[in-house]
Amino acid sequence: MATLFDINLFALFGQLLVGLINGSFYALLSLGLAIIFGLLKIINFAQGAMYMLGAFIALLALKYMGINYWFALILVPLTVGLIGILMERFLIRPIANEDHLYSLLLTFGLALIIQGVFTHAFGSSGLSYAVPDALKGGTKLPFMYLPNYRAWIIIVSVLVCAGTWWMIEKTKLGAYLRAGTENPQLMQAFGINVPLIVTLTFGFGVALAGFAGVMAAPIYSVSPDMGSNILITVFAIVVIGGMGSIGGAIITGLGMGVVEGLTKYFYPEASNTVIFLVMVIVLLLKPAGLFGKEA
Amino acid sequence: MNNMKLNLCLLALALLAPTLLYPVFLAKVLCFALFACAFNLLLGFAGLLSFGHAAFLGTGGYVTGYLMIHSGLTPEVAILLGTIAGGLLGAIFGKLAVKREGIYFAMVTLALAQLIFFFYLQAPFTNGEDGLQGVPRGALFGLIDLSDNMVMYYFVLVIFIAGYWLINRTIHSPFGQVLKAIRENEDRATSLGYDVNHYKWLAFVISAALAALAGSTKTLVFELASLTDVHWHMSGEVILMTLVGGVGTIFGPVLGAGFIVTMQNYLSGGEMGNYIHIIMGAVFVICVLSFRSGIVGQLMKFKRNNF
Repeated sequence: MATLFDINLFALFGQLLVGLINGSFYALLSLGLAIIFGLLKIINFAQGAMYMLGAFIALLALKYMGINYWFALILVPLTVGLIGILMERFLIRPIANEDHLYSLLLTFGLALIIQGVFTHAFGSSGLSYAVPDALKGGTKLPFMYLPNYRAWIIIVSVLVCAGTWWMIEKTKLGAYLRAGTENPQLMQAFGINVPLIVTLTFGFGVALAGFAGVMAAPIYSVSPDMGSNILITVFAIVVIGGMGSIGGAIITGLGMGVVEGLTKYFYPEASNTVIFLVMVIVLLLKPAGLFGKEA
Repeated sequence: MNNMKLNLCLLALALLAPTLLYPVFLAKVLCFALFACAFNLLLGFAGLLSFGHAAFLGTGGYVTGYLMIHSGLTPEVAILLGTIAGGLLGAIFGKLAVKREGIYFAMVTLALAQLIFFFYLQAPFTNGEDGLQGVPRGALFGLIDLSDNMVMYYFVLVIFIAGYWLINRTIHSPFGQVLKAIRENEDRATSLGYDVNHYKWLAFVISAALAALAGSTKTLVFELASLTDVHWHMSGEVILMTLVGGVGTIFGPVLGAGFIVTMQNYLSGGEMGNYIHIIMGAVFVICVLSFRSGIVGQLMKFKRNNF
């Protein structure tokens, strides 16, 4: 019997696992938001729609073109990233010099359109995407049963997040990116094509959301509103972490997933509000966010 | 003087309108117009984009609806209490939200409103997905029966004019001037000795209370308070209304609300009902890309250039 101080370890670990998985998606999405914010100083409200788009493209590609999960894992982020690049080039750039609130509203409008189109085409009930054969089954651990696909999500998400962090903090490309965040005019003066870097950054941030969407397709139901529901939570997480650091976005995302999982075990009624409550507490104690710099 | 004439014409139009158009539809337009004006007080005159105003609309609606069903209070008292509830919620929201600026302000208000949404979804007194149905309109001061749609419309018109007047007064008061100063140059306002966050907070509370007033009134008009009013879609709609009409103009949000409500009513009746969110999104994109000053802003530009 795995009970200790009246705590059912089996259920507790189960919820912790769910928390880590949700946290992986929070981390991927808030990482994308943070990268885009760093250079463009805008919040992409369509990030949730891009996540949903990723899941749907994977689903449709399998159904109509026989593209399996493994190819989708590469092709879908590229497709979504391309959509993001077009979005930045033709819609966001023309108003880049206006108040940043306008670009927020623009991406909000785009999110409504994308979500509306998919609701119209597929209804609002969810569709399912089969777990790839190679990742079916699971492993029996002392305190829990760990399905392989869930372990895969956590490992891959952490790797992708860590890789992105490494690329931004340690490589030359990342140095351009950080320089662009600090002083775009000076960088332009050094002969670096800043508008191109901005466009590619936006594409990459959005591609991360598309990637998260493919990862999510086999475990969540694929539905048009899957993106908007998760996005508002991710916004709260971004406020909690502050957008000052890439590492902060990753850690806060995973951490909040775990907090949510624990709440589901100890006090399920509060599980869908706990992250917002944490946000309130952080705003009261450290308004700039856990990893943010005081303005 | 010219403005006075225009206002009188509009008043005459509002008084005569229900002889031509369905009074419940007109009352709906007025409720949303008040909602949008309240929202615009914050965005247009203090430069603060709230993405959570649905929370106040919904709170006003739920409080008034609950009181009308369970307490036997007269409608004007229920509306007043709904407004106060919204104002109190706004006081809490505002305290938290003014700690952050710009885009963070929008995200904080959105997240707080989502918290309120989940609260109403789970709270035992809101009937979850069904909402509060069959809210009685009651009799104003215990004397004037509001069940007649025509009477209801004129009651809503009085509330709207009162709210509109209050917003107008606020904007043109010294307080309103300080808000504009903060919008234009916050650092300078601070250096002049104004407690910027306090002014923002006050504007937030006034805006929230008036949004709740709109929600309370709307609940009486439709005899319904539901989750639709607290959903983030609603927070988006009020932004769109203000944007279409003209951010920072006094009458713009009224026109914008009229435009959006008419569009929704027209679309939801026919085949196009399924496309409503797509069309709203498209209007958003078009407005942001090429119509940022809104209807009233464009008209003013036209007048400046041609007269």
